[in-house]
Amino acid sequence: MGSEPIATIARIEMLRREAEVALDAAKGDAALTAWKGEWLGKGGRITSLLRSVGALDAADRPAFGAAVNAASRTLEAAYEAAASSRQADAMASALAAEAIDVTLPGTPPPRGRLHPSTIILRRMLDIFAEMGFQVFLSREVELDDVNFTLLNHPPHHPARDMQDTFYIAGTNEQVLLRTHTSPGQIRAMGAYAPDPIRIVLPGMVYRNEKITPRSEIQFTQVEGLAVGPHITMANLRGTIDGFVHRYYGPNRRTRFRTSYFPFTEPSAEVDVSCGLCDGAGCRLCKDAGWLEILGCGMVHPNVLANGGYDPAVVSGFAFGLGPMRAQMMAHGIDDIRHYWGNDVRFLEQFG
Amino acid sequence: MKLVWSWLSEHVDLTGVTPEHVAERLTVAGLEVDKVERIGDWWDRERLVVGNVLRVLSHPDAERLVLADVDWGAGAPHRVVTGAPNLLAFRDAGDFDKPMKVVFAREGVELYDGHAEGWVKVKLKGRPVRGVMSDAMVCSEKEIGLSEDHDGILILDDDAPVGAPIADVLGDAVLTLELTANYAHASNVVGIAREVAALLDRPFTPPEWRLDDADAVVDASLPAAATWCRVVIDDDEACPRYSARIVTGVDATRPSPAWLQRRLRLSGMRPINAVVDATNYAMLLWGEPLHAFDYDRLKARAVAASGVGASTGDATAASAGAGVVPTITVRRSTPGERMTTLDGIDRALDAGTILITDDAGPIAIAGVMGGAETEVTDATRTILLEAATFHFPSIRRASRDLKLPSESSWRFSRDVPPALIDPGSAVGSRLLAEHAGGRVAPGIVDVHPRPRPAVEVVMPLSEIDRLLGAEIPVADIEAILARLGFTAVVDGDTLAAVVPPHRVDIELPADIVEEIVRVWGLDRLPSVPLADALPAQRENRTQWLEEATRDACVGAGLQEIVSYRMTSVVHEGETVVAGIAGIADDVGAGGDVVDVGDVGGVGHEVGAGGLPAEARYVGIANAISPERSVMRQSMLTGLLDAAAANLRFTDRVALFEVGSTYHWPAGTSPSPSTLPDEPRHVALLLAGPQRADDWRGGEARPMDFYDAKGAVEAVLGALGIDTLHFAPGRHASLHPGRTAVVSAVDADGTPRALGYVGELHPQVRRRWDLPERSIAVADLDLEAIDALAGAIRPIAAFSPYPPVERDLAVLVDEAIPAADVEAAVRAAGGKLLVGVRLFDVYRGPQVGEGRKSLALRLRFQSMDKTLEGASVDRVREQIVRALGKAVGGEVRG
Ligand SMILES: [Zn+2]
Repeated sequence: MGSEPIATIARIEMLRREAEVALDAAKGDAALTAWKGEWLGKGGRITSLLRSVGALDAADRPAFGAAVNAASRTLEAAYEAAASSRQADAMASALAAEAIDVTLPGTPPPRGRLHPSTIILRRMLDIFAEMGFQVFLSREVELDDVNFTLLNHPPHHPARDMQDTFYIAGTNEQVLLRTHTSPGQIRAMGAYAPDPIRIVLPGMVYRNEKITPRSEIQFTQVEGLAVGPHITMANLRGTIDGFVHRYYGPNRRTRFRTSYFPFTEPSAEVDVSCGLCDGAGCRLCKDAGWLEILGCGMVHPNVLANGGYDPAVVSGFAFGLGPMRAQMMAHGIDDIRHYWGNDVRFLEQFG
Repeated sequence: MKLVWSWLSEHVDLTGVTPEHVAERLTVAGLEVDKVERIGDWWDRERLVVGNVLRVLSHPDAERLVLADVDWGAGAPHRVVTGAPNLLAFRDAGDFDKPMKVVFAREGVELYDGHAEGWVKVKLKGRPVRGVMSDAMVCSEKEIGLSEDHDGILILDDDAPVGAPIADVLGDAVLTLELTANYAHASNVVGIAREVAALLDRPFTPPEWRLDDADAVVDASLPAAATWCRVVIDDDEACPRYSARIVTGVDATRPSPAWLQRRLRLSGMRPINAVVDATNYAMLLWGEPLHAFDYDRLKARAVAASGVGASTGDATAASAGAGVVPTITVRRSTPGERMTTLDGIDRALDAGTILITDDAGPIAIAGVMGGAETEVTDATRTILLEAATFHFPSIRRASRDLKLPSESSWRFSRDVPPALIDPGSAVGSRLLAEHAGGRVAPGIVDVHPRPRPAVEVVMPLSEIDRLLGAEIPVADIEAILARLGFTAVVDGDTLAAVVPPHRVDIELPADIVEEIVRVWGLDRLPSVPLADALPAQRENRTQWLEEATRDACVGAGLQEIVSYRMTSVVHEGETVVAGIAGIADDVGAGGDVVDVGDVGGVGHEVGAGGLPAEARYVGIANAISPERSVMRQSMLTGLLDAAAANLRFTDRVALFEVGSTYHWPAGTSPSPSTLPDEPRHVALLLAGPQRADDWRGGEARPMDFYDAKGAVEAVLGALGIDTLHFAPGRHASLHPGRTAVVSAVDADGTPRALGYVGELHPQVRRRWDLPERSIAVADLDLEAIDALAGAIRPIAAFSPYPPVERDLAVLVDEAIPAADVEAAVRAAGGKLLVGVRLFDVYRGPQVGEGRKSLALRLRFQSMDKTLEGASVDRVREQIVRALGKAVGGEVRG
């Protein structure tokens, strides 16, 4: 019996179309699997066409085989596309079901913080560190000699009136709580002489004052000291300006005013232009246009000599500032008693 | 120091400069002006003018009012109604024969309401007062804002020009200066005028101050001063110069003229009478404090002391004791000496106080306060006027010890140079003559055993550039020093400057450099970065450790606090369980119960069982209150204070503090040359739920011993110390069953105690009013940690092969510490056992009374192969056997 290859090939085409229609109709994983079995599985309706190849003329066989394979590949691809689309749909609906309210509160990890006085000290010390000033720590209970006399405040000198002092019992007023970080200058010179010095002295100091919103019996200070063969007051100004531009901002100006500290000569107080009004005068600067930030000067020759340096050859500068006061101004802290009150509602607002 | 602008303008030309400008210049040059007050800048120049009262008439209809006819320079006199008591007295007394100058205000002017409380401005409106039209008035000081005084009208100086605006007569400015201790020379009008003249480069006109015997106020017919008294200086260091003048015939009841009173008032001093005002005025002008003694009282005391005639205590004594002359002796007090000062207080004097004495004893504490017996009274007729200079540190000490600060002691404590005695004494005597009606006796008794040599500073000119880093032209240097009163000569590279006698603060080249630069302009200094080579940087381990510890605590979720370093023995005692002394007896007896204060010898700050040692407190001699009377020995007090304060409004605190404690070293006691130890500590406190409440539910368990222990492990771990040992311990503040000593082994294999961790004893918790739940604390000694922290360790290898885990439930007696079980497991596990984790502790009926089950998860791993179950099980069997032997452990399952 003769075959009709064309009609046979047409039948392959017809079956392919029928399979495609069935694939379109197959919804869900089970239907897809069933479809695959029916059409492309072993003995599936397309696959099994190849079994009838024997009935064809030898000359027609290759064309028939190729047509079956082509239909099989086409359906295979259509199945893959349908299956992956089905997976994407399933993933999408699963994800939709897992959606959450992202505006609900986050779960905080236990959070530690530094005390504001530590934060401000570190910020200042970091700036000075980059300028080459190393931290030098010094004791808090001091000899009168080191806190005053060697810093050119002789006993009963009126300069001592500037600092109300806590004295240690049983020492005949010869041991005291340091009233400033300056005794660290004497300690540092003792440790460094005759080498040059570039240090900052941070720490707690004590004054016998009433505790009020404006004054405390203990507060922190940062003091700087540079000693060497060619140090000038212009260098002092350069250093202060460098600090001011880093800490307060590059556009702030400084004003040096002559002042008096027994351990420096010449001495100056430094004002920085008010950040709120830029010098025009406002409530923050009490119409002065300037905010007083630190005291400084060239190390007094007597102090250099007391520290083991020859004041004719070596010079130096020193400066001292109150980090808490700077921080109070920056944050609008109107009561210094918050610092040692340790109310976490205050502390948690920093860092 | 308050400076009156009009007074200043008498000594330096202020034409064309404002008080604000001068204030700015002074401030930059070292004389800080705190504020500038304008007096009368709001006064109406048209309606507030000088008037002259011509006569005072009765009011037709009111007994307490009068009518005053006032000439105010505009044609007919104006009639005003007033009730001023100081005009009432002149009612119907006819026309005044001398001027009676007043402040005349016309309708429409704004004034303060004299009767109102405080300061209320009102506009003057015409209205009839008891039938007489009143559309003008004469003013009190309060009405024009000069003072609170509304008792009478303000009487002006006789020469005030009628019709002139009051603003021109009384308008002024007052500068308040905050003078630093070195600027004693500027504590007076002359001193500041010199400064202003130098700063503005204008001439300085000193006030007339000489007083020679040809002067009109000197009565040549009087015996010379030297015949009235003698002066002896016993200690010329205490008193380098003392002078006395005699002014007789004074009337101490007279008031000073209005202009002088006004200057005193604006300068912040209350006018008293012509005598007191004269001494104060001279002091404000020159800076030389004067003291006026009642000469007749001195004389009477001398007569009484000499035994010649009876003292009657008044002027007749002078004749009774003719020939007796008081001797003023300046000396230091002897031990136990006392005197009654003019405030009536009998005072004990420190030995060495400088005294002015006469033949009968002390008459004044030099520079501080006069004596009651020789003070000037209304009856005083003759005055001995003291002008002197004293050893300023002694005056400062006396004024502080006696708590008697005054304008006078303030100046004397800053050193009054002897050169000021001449103008001070002369000006004071002249004012006594001119305003108190006295006559000055010729001459002065002036004892000057220790003249102060002129100071000359000689220095290389290059010193200026060396210190400033700026070259100032020689011509500027010379001009500046000359303006400041120095005699300066530049010869080649050398500058020689003779310091003027009124300056007491210039000794060294650096002082001269400051004088030059403060006038030249500190602000003209260039801003030059440091150019010197950076000094060699040094290791700073203490600083590193302190900051690394803070970071570690923050990393462990703790909030830093900073406490007052001052506390009280009582308050620190409140951290100690009552009757704790018994604890010390236990120490060592229990073998494994270790006293925290005793381990490894490092707990050097605590006595037995953490008890603060009373004798080792660093006490404050002049404490602000009993609550702040010693330096802390314990970190606990500050943490408990903070916890108690915060737990009133929150239920969770996790705090730490890093800082010093203070102790006299064992075996020492306070002395003028001993310094206490200041060991640094880190301490922490945990209370409340382990984490904050969460909307997802599940209550957080409360923090306890193990949270504090975990925090200690985290903090020390961050510092590189991770081989820690926790042994049961005792601490005076802590729960005896929930306290551990923390220790670690150092490089030499020696265990070192680092501190303790534990839960607060319930009794302490209650005493601090803390909530009834566990409060866990730890305190570690940074000095001990320092020996161990930050060591560099080689890293340990880790295996690429998968681990195998086995769980083990070990039943042991309750008394067996978990650490012993773990140690036994590790010892038996060999090198394949790489991890032991305790994940459950069970007590209950299934394990029986007095026993517990510890569930351990063991992790096995080989460095060179994947382990097989069989080899792991063999090791597990070894471990099980070892547990039985070592801790009597029985493994179930
Ligand atoms: Zn401002």
